[in-house]
Amino acid sequence: MLDSNLHAIVPLLCVILSALAVMAAEAFRSPGEDMPLGGLGLVGLIGAGASAVALWGRNASSFNVIVADNFSLFITLLLVVVGVLTIMFSGPVVARDGLPKGEYYALLLFSIAGMIMMAMANDLLVVFIALEILSLAVYVLTGIRRDDARATEAAFKYFLLGAFSSAFFLYGIAFTFGLSGSTRLDRVGAFLAAQSMSDNPLILVAIGLLLVGFAFKISAVPFHMWTPDAYEGAPAVVTGFMSTGVKAAAFAAFTRVFLSTFEPFTGDWAPMVWALAVVTMILGTVVGVAQSNLKRMLAYSSIAHGGYLLVGLVSANDIGKAAILFYLLAYAVTNVAAFGVIALLGTKDRPNDELRDFAGLWHTRPALAALMTVCLLSLGGLPPTAGFIGKWYVFSAAVSAGYYDLAIIGVLTSVISVFFYLRVVVMMYMVERDAALTPPVKIAGLGMAALVASIVAIFYLGILPSRVLTFASQSISTIF
Amino acid sequence: MIPLSHYLFVSAVLFAIGTTGVFLRRNLITILLSIEIMLNAVNLSFVAFGRQMGTVDGQIIVFFVMTVAAAEAAVGLAIVIGLFRHRESLNPDAFVSLKW
Repeated sequence: MLDSNLHAIVPLLCVILSALAVMAAEAFRSPGEDMPLGGLGLVGLIGAGASAVALWGRNASSFNVIVADNFSLFITLLLVVVGVLTIMFSGPVVARDGLPKGEYYALLLFSIAGMIMMAMANDLLVVFIALEILSLAVYVLTGIRRDDARATEAAFKYFLLGAFSSAFFLYGIAFTFGLSGSTRLDRVGAFLAAQSMSDNPLILVAIGLLLVGFAFKISAVPFHMWTPDAYEGAPAVVTGFMSTGVKAAAFAAFTRVFLSTFEPFTGDWAPMVWALAVVTMILGTVVGVAQSNLKRMLAYSSIAHGGYLLVGLVSANDIGKAAILFYLLAYAVTNVAAFGVIALLGTKDRPNDELRDFAGLWHTRPALAALMTVCLLSLGGLPPTAGFIGKWYVFSAAVSAGYYDLAIIGVLTSVISVFFYLRVVVMMYMVERDAALTPPVKIAGLGMAALVASIVAIFYLGILPSRVLTFASQSISTIF
Repeated sequence: MIPLSHYLFVSAVLFAIGTTGVFLRRNLITILLSIEIMLNAVNLSFVAFGRQMGTVDGQIIVFFVMTVAAAEAAVGLAIVIGLFRHRESLNPDAFVSLKW
């Protein structure tokens, strides 16, 4: 029988082992031999998903620093979904762009492992290490097209600000450690609960520094500068992956640290997160309107979505907590699919991600145009899609917590954001195609299958959300 | 015995120097070094806190941080080499193909 300390890390081990297997397979591959490395990754991810389901409700814990409570398992399953969809989109893209296959899949799997570890971490040091595992892999994935000057530049900007923010995060950990004598979240939480009346300035410094670190990772304004550049420069399929996976992992750790460990100091951090949420929603939407590049536009949209998630975090009531998880899932499925469409439409020499490249898509590729429309409507939060239910719950959480101002700003910015999502739809259906611009590309079957799967998920979450919502509220109740 | 606050002060000054360096220096390698200074400033805090508590936890954490910093430096320098191949420059102001 397996040592019970090892149960909780089984999902993590599945992903790491498959990543190592991909690396080994690549190393021993004879030149020119084609190996199904993506399939190897899928096996590991499905193993992780299956073990996460098996661990559900058992509250397993490994060495007290990795916990597999329902909260982390929900995020793990979400990350498995993101990973599987990304690998399905990657197959045709890797072959078309001539990306180094072994490195690509190994890095993808390592970053998923880092994300799962971040969601499961019950120790600030483990959060930091997981953050670095996922970030370092994603920096390299961003610049994996070394022949592309823009991708390399994007990777560097992402790396620089990412490393800079990790230093702040680490400084916050140092102060927390200095105050409470431990980095374990349960001990820090117990210490803070005993200190809830004290006005020790160092506690505020620690909260502020940790907040800056997290805000960078979830690209909250004013720490969002890297996001548009990194999202535009990276290959579209990588952008889809990092805009959803990194955000989900960072929000998981953010929620765990702030809503459970630093809960006694909610009165101190809630106003700061409130301000972050307001500027993030407003700036993400307003600047998004002015974009002509679809990837950059979706980058600003992703910033705005981070703002809506922060609204759920500030509300901090039961609806808000469950809404965060549901919103993350709805956003993840939708965004991966939207970037998947962009990835499938690109060619090796031209990314085809300008808004005008989508003109008349309905006439050449009606299926893709229809699928993209569903994704954009879900991002805009129109019923009956997943995005609508996500926003509905986030805003109702804000209202029931008494944050009417946040709910009003949220609704207004969503309305504005519908304008730029619909602009793409209008482009696709009503503008004549400029034949000189882009030759129609061949769409791979695997990518199409992934798209259809995500559209089904979007409608499922949009029309029959109660089942997933129950899961979300069950999982959030385990950490509070 | 030097009190804890002195260590923390030095650490804060080093962290501030690193932060300033990231914003003000106009050479990619120096910016990377500034980030390393920030990380090492934090290490100093960890060791000082650990020493004050009389445990080795702080020093153990520093080993983890050093490992992470080494990995980060490796990836960072690799990306800088990739950038240099495209632009033949290490000045961050030369990299403006992505804007707005």
